[in-house]
Amino acid sequence: MPSDNVRTVEVGYLTRVEGEGAMKVVARGGKVQDVEFSIFEPPRFFEAFLRGRHHSEAPDITARICGICPVAYQMSAVHAMEHAFGVTVDGALRDLRRLLYCGEWIESHALHIYLLHAPDFLGYESGITLAKDHPDVVTMGLRIKKVGNEIVRVLGGREIHPVNVKVGGWYRLPTRKELDHLATELDRIRDDALATVKLVATFPMPDVTRSVEWVSTRYPDEYPMLGKTVVSTAGMNIPVDEWNDWFIEEHVKRSNALHSRIKTRANYEVGPTARFNLNADLLSPGAAAAAHDAGLSAPCTNPFRSIVVRAVELLHAVDEALAIIDHYRAPAAPAIAFTEKAGEGCGASEAPRGTLFHRYRLDARGILTDAQIVPPTAQNQLSIEEDLRLVLQAHIEEPDDKLRIVLEQSIRNYDPCISCATHFLHLEVDRG
Amino acid sequence: MTARVAVFKFASCDGCQLSVLDAEDELLAILGTIDIVEFPEARTLREPGPYDIGFVEGSVTTPHDAARIKEIREQCKVLVTIGACATSGGIQALRNMADVGIYASQVYAHPEYLDTLATSTAIADHVKVDLALYGCPVSKEQLVETITAVVAGRRPDLPSHPVCVECKARGTVCVLVANGTPCLGPVVRAGCGAICPSYARGCYGCFGPCSTPNVASLAGAWDGAGVPRSTLIRALKGFTVGAPEFQEAVRAL
Repeated sequence: MPSDNVRTVEVGYLTRVEGEGAMKVVARGGKVQDVEFSIFEPPRFFEAFLRGRHHSEAPDITARICGICPVAYQMSAVHAMEHAFGVTVDGALRDLRRLLYCGEWIESHALHIYLLHAPDFLGYESGITLAKDHPDVVTMGLRIKKVGNEIVRVLGGREIHPVNVKVGGWYRLPTRKELDHLATELDRIRDDALATVKLVATFPMPDVTRSVEWVSTRYPDEYPMLGKTVVSTAGMNIPVDEWNDWFIEEHVKRSNALHSRIKTRANYEVGPTARFNLNADLLSPGAAAAAHDAGLSAPCTNPFRSIVVRAVELLHAVDEALAIIDHYRAPAAPAIAFTEKAGEGCGASEAPRGTLFHRYRLDARGILTDAQIVPPTAQNQLSIEEDLRLVLQAHIEEPDDKLRIVLEQSIRNYDPCISCATHFLHLEVDRG
Repeated sequence: MTARVAVFKFASCDGCQLSVLDAEDELLAILGTIDIVEFPEARTLREPGPYDIGFVEGSVTTPHDAARIKEIREQCKVLVTIGACATSGGIQALRNMADVGIYASQVYAHPEYLDTLATSTAIADHVKVDLALYGCPVSKEQLVETITAVVAGRRPDLPSHPVCVECKARGTVCVLVANGTPCLGPVVRAGCGAICPSYARGCYGCFGPCSTPNVASLAGAWDGAGVPRSTLIRALKGFTVGAPEFQEAVRAL
């Protein structure tokens, strides 16, 4: 076989993703032969050193798994602890948690759309060079991102690794003045968020279609952030604490991250597209209308259109944040009382890039004896590889330079957070 | 001439380098005065050294990274470590007091696939560091100040006094004295703006030890508030557990 018949595209260090990953694809005779998305982010062993820590420390410690989605880690952690102690944080305290989460979605989605992903669609190597030609576009993105950060800063104390979340609620409640300030800021970027949906809807999209089992959490009458159940497009509908009955993770040699599958079935996908495909009926009226105008309907089967879904979620988060502030009446206390007890608890919430599951075991003093953390990017690894296979086949005639760009773009469809992806659990099944 | 700047990542959560992009108001202005030529998290284009300023996030945890930091040092005129991982090994330095083999087997089915060191160490344990920005995460104001200072050829104005000074400056009532809330503020370096006490909780030590911390005296105050010693020890074994001052204090307690 002539050597020019063998095509190898290798990216030793993926850029514009959070963390350290690599990609390698091999095609032979016009056919895809091998596809590998690997994560070489060094392991930090969070699940191991969480053992022996007090439950009250888990929100602060697990936040450090990811500087991009610390709120997600804090939310899944406190829900797991509250589940273990048999307490439910509801009403205004829970609404404030959703408001904090809206801030993280706005910040993270704006970062990904404008600085990390849009350059792929517009033919730039980065948001930095994009800003030179289109300063108005990047400035709009930064304006939106800043308001997301401002929500996290006001409610949480600072943008990265906020300090105000605790098991049972909050250390201190925001004042009406602080919330009104956020409402003013949100009003200012509402049009920008809508313009974002319109903008990304005009981006040229590679024509790829694929179907997978989409998985997200669900909560009655809310587009999911703080999950109550886990649902899928193949009919799964389970309480969060049955997670390990349905999902397994495997350790493969090429990656420091574990690969997730649904037991007895195959790979699955979490994240904006999955949430949209399962919960489009729960979007704010404004976000639903924008999705419709952008030609988006569930199920969205082109993975490249995830950038449009992300923009719709950005708009939804702005609307949701405004509604929460509008309805907010201060609760009697910043946190509810509870009694520590031995047991096990599970929690799941929707990080900007997908479902994040936590499970802890505690002793009678509230000290952790076991921890399991299943981050979204690890769950998406197999789907990322499956997409690479499809995209490679569809673009196999393209020259290497163009091929590499579309393959990297396809990985960025998942907004992969590789820093988080290397923290895992004990394996339910070892297939090594 | 525009300064050539590089941002490098080691074992970390990416939060400190994200602070660069979080300086929304200053970002485009900063990009007018420096040229960020190497920043894999934000751009695909990558230019080889030498660089005028290198920012390093994260700690050294693999043999590969131990070699890589030496190459980076040679390429950077000014090397600045950013954040608790780079300045003291991060929370992942808890492995330094444990058996990394046990850690690995608790998390992975195949520890033999991993290529990891027994320790997580600060960048300064491997190469000479010119400037250190503390914090988990760093303060973006300090980051902007440092970029501005280095470009202007002056030393950045960075504090080494304790968090208490910042509480006094912002008028926060002392949570330890007034409410008996355990707070690390008296032994922790300022820089965050004393956020935690303004949110009705004690400082938990993101910026590591201040200069000449008196942990023994703080331990007395925590005793007085009825806090078990085990809680203080856990607090010191936090995000800057690798800082020698805190290690020594843990041993003394």
